[in-house]
Amino acid sequence: MNELALYILDLVQNSVSAGATRVEIRITLSRQDDTLLIEIIDDGRGMSPEFVAKVSSPFVTTRTTRKVGLGIPMIRQLCEMCEGSFAIESEVGRGTRLSLGFRLSHVDLPPMGDLAETMLALVIGSPDKPDFVLTYSAGGGDPYVFDTAQIRQVLDGVPLNTPEVLSWMREDLNEGLGQQDPFS
Amino acid sequence: MKSLAELEAIRQKTLNKVNLRRESEGTRIAVGMATCGIAAGARPVLTAFMDEVGKRNLLNVVVAQTGCIGMCRYEPIVEITCPNQEKVTYVHVKPEMVPRIVAEHVVNGQPVMEYTISAAEK
Repeated sequence: MNELALYILDLVQNSVSAGATRVEIRITLSRQDDTLLIEIIDDGRGMSPEFVAKVSSPFVTTRTTRKVGLGIPMIRQLCEMCEGSFAIESEVGRGTRLSLGFRLSHVDLPPMGDLAETMLALVIGSPDKPDFVLTYSAGGGDPYVFDTAQIRQVLDGVPLNTPEVLSWMREDLNEGLGQQDPFS
Repeated sequence: MKSLAELEAIRQKTLNKVNLRRESEGTRIAVGMATCGIAAGARPVLTAFMDEVGKRNLLNVVVAQTGCIGMCRYEPIVEITCPNQEKVTYVHVKPEMVPRIVAEHVVNGQPVMEYTISAAEK
């Protein structure tokens, strides 16, 4: 995959499959420290310590349609390639936190790519549950926050995947993210 | 920044349409969004279907995602189920193919055979 936003789309699907009601995506970029941190935090069903221990293996998946699961191993490899860090904390019944660190200036770090389209794809794919919260902070200035719980509240029963609502979200995301440090 | 007031206006405007959507027995477009699908380019395909359905104001069509159906080499895969018709599976779908699939299959009920899995397997 050639965009970090595609890895994020893929990893958040794990949270959706885990029955989360809320998934937070926190992206924190620091030019000063030369770091990029991506955290994905969900309140899904969580994993046992035994499963966490083997989840980075490409031969582990919960799917029955194939025997390989590449999402976690690919991002782990990318973190390691980019002199970063990789951590999973998970508790059964509580949820999972994925912390992905990267050296921002590393030559192997892919661009962020289209984060707005990733958020839209998540909403189109799972319009009813969970809520997605994206927080993008690039040091200095306010972070950009996109929160479907807040949007859902205003819409009061109108589904998130209504075309007019999706257009509104696309504009909001592009405008909000456009004001942040683009790093690509 | 976009305002929430604008969103409230959208709510007022779309409320009736939403009820229409709920009542009609419709077509389902499911895009494979597992790791294999995403890596092969499913994201722009999913949003292209949504954009096309919005542009044509099709009220009885649902765009959804599905997991991996075990044929990763054919991704991006899109399954379309129209009422009273068998499911049609499109393979190696690109965003450029989407307007034609929507016009010919979703609107006019004629699957685009050359993009389907049966054509790919020949």
